[in-house]
Amino acid sequence: MPEWIDFLWQPMQYPFMVRGLVAALIVGVICGIVGCFVVLRGMAFFGDAMSHSILPGLAIGYLIGGGARGPLFIWAMGTAIFVAIAIGAITRSGRLKEDTAIGIIFAGMFALGVALISMGSSYSVDLMHFLFGDVLGVSWLDLLWTGLSGVIVVGILLAFYKEYLVLSFDETLARTLRLPTTTLYYSLLVLIAITIVTALQTVGVALMLAMLITPPATAFLLTRRLPTMMALSALIGAISGVAGLYASFYAGIASGAAIVLTCTALFVIVLIFSRRHA
Amino acid sequence: MSGSTAQTSPPSIKTGREMPHAVNAPILTVDQLTIRYGDSTAIDTVSFTLQKGDQVAVIGPNGAGKSTLFKAIAAVIPASEGLVRIGGSQPSGHICIAYLPQRSQIDWSFPVTVKDVVMMGRVGRLGWFRRPHEADREWVQECLRLVRLEALADRPIRALSGGEQQRMFIARALAQEAELMLMDEVMTACDAPSQTEIYGILEQLKERQVTVLVSTHDLDDAAARFDQVMLLNRSLIGFGRPADVFQPEQLKQAYGGHLRLIETQSGTLILSDSCCGGGTADNA
Repeated sequence: MPEWIDFLWQPMQYPFMVRGLVAALIVGVICGIVGCFVVLRGMAFFGDAMSHSILPGLAIGYLIGGGARGPLFIWAMGTAIFVAIAIGAITRSGRLKEDTAIGIIFAGMFALGVALISMGSSYSVDLMHFLFGDVLGVSWLDLLWTGLSGVIVVGILLAFYKEYLVLSFDETLARTLRLPTTTLYYSLLVLIAITIVTALQTVGVALMLAMLITPPATAFLLTRRLPTMMALSALIGAISGVAGLYASFYAGIASGAAIVLTCTALFVIVLIFSRRHA
Repeated sequence: MSGSTAQTSPPSIKTGREMPHAVNAPILTVDQLTIRYGDSTAIDTVSFTLQKGDQVAVIGPNGAGKSTLFKAIAAVIPASEGLVRIGGSQPSGHICIAYLPQRSQIDWSFPVTVKDVVMMGRVGRLGWFRRPHEADREWVQECLRLVRLEALADRPIRALSGGEQQRMFIARALAQEAELMLMDEVMTACDAPSQTEIYGILEQLKERQVTVLVSTHDLDDAAARFDQVMLLNRSLIGFGRPADVFQPEQLKQAYGGHLRLIETQSGTLILSDSCCGGGTADNA
């Protein structure tokens, strides 16, 4: 057997690695596609805040379910959607600048999450999992959830692609075309929220932002059309997820960090390469 | 307009998003319109009426409320008092109003081509879940031809000059089948040849019976190129033929200390300091 096949095959002998690879692949694709809108709309800070703000939801879900995935997922999702709408409402009211509004909710919710988790008994281990992900602990049922959320999120984004495009490029046009801009805006926030919860187990709240913005930013450097950017971004996200997990397997690096570092490395390579060709 | 091209009228798709225009109603009626932001009044009891095919230059200093007026006409921002009527009914029921944004409001690094942006004008007509048809693509091509941008259809928008950017937005408004176009500072970023080109396009729009409001800082061009001008500084100071509206008293009222009126032998010389450096001079 050639050496490279052996290299690729080796991790596959462990079922937890197979599940982890599938999870990283799916998450890479979803984040890559949804992240394009995060990058183009300049919502990176919002994305970071969203992922950190989920922590209290995770804590409550954990305390209620004793570590079961179901309550964890539902509470995280509920918190994410609540935070998305809260930030959206404060931003749209126009009384505070957007980054200030986001910052207040972000820090407050994160502190609440840490406070809640510190009340639990197995504090240190689980906090680490929430913060940095636990892709090798993914079950087949988790994968089913991940895949289902992915299909829903990407399906909605593609079904309303032209409306989201107009909203993101020129909101005034969206309004003069009488599109329901408020509904579209909030639905986009909710789609980002669902994406974050879906990707949570793979990279954790602290590194989530990288999955949302680094592959789209890399794709942005390579193309001038949005559909191509979304496809490339999904591909880069998927490659980063899989390659990162292999790196994690062979080099013994934490999986979330390995995936994010792969994303970052791809970005740097493309940045240098595209500069030379610009 | 040449009329020699294959398709000169848009594909007709009814989506229920648009309201029919009443037969005898003017295309635009603004009645006692007032817009307030908190304690400050941006637009103060403005009233006027436009007929189909009218082209009006809206003149006023920075902060005079030109953009606010346009956005209220398009029902993008709500009126505090008074009302706007498009073809006899509320503007929020119409998708025939196009607002052409100032270039600073657009992210020019956005990964779309000229053709993509013009196609965005079709979204209101397409309706949910419908991709553009062949007829839509042909109409977009025709709109690009009308503004002479067909050669740049596949170019990314970041590669456009100021004049090309504005022509792209006019094409988008045509794709939208707009009957009322609100052009915010359409000439500001344009050099002289581009301005001439855009005035040529305005002539074509007139033939198509498109009603146009153009906000501008250029008193000289407004007087020379438009049959009607509107002098605005929160309230409506004058509306009518340039010779009637650009009177020293009214200009002083609109511009206050930012306008110098110099008596010369040939008449009154008006110097305005516009936002764009290089003030304009005008013989009234």
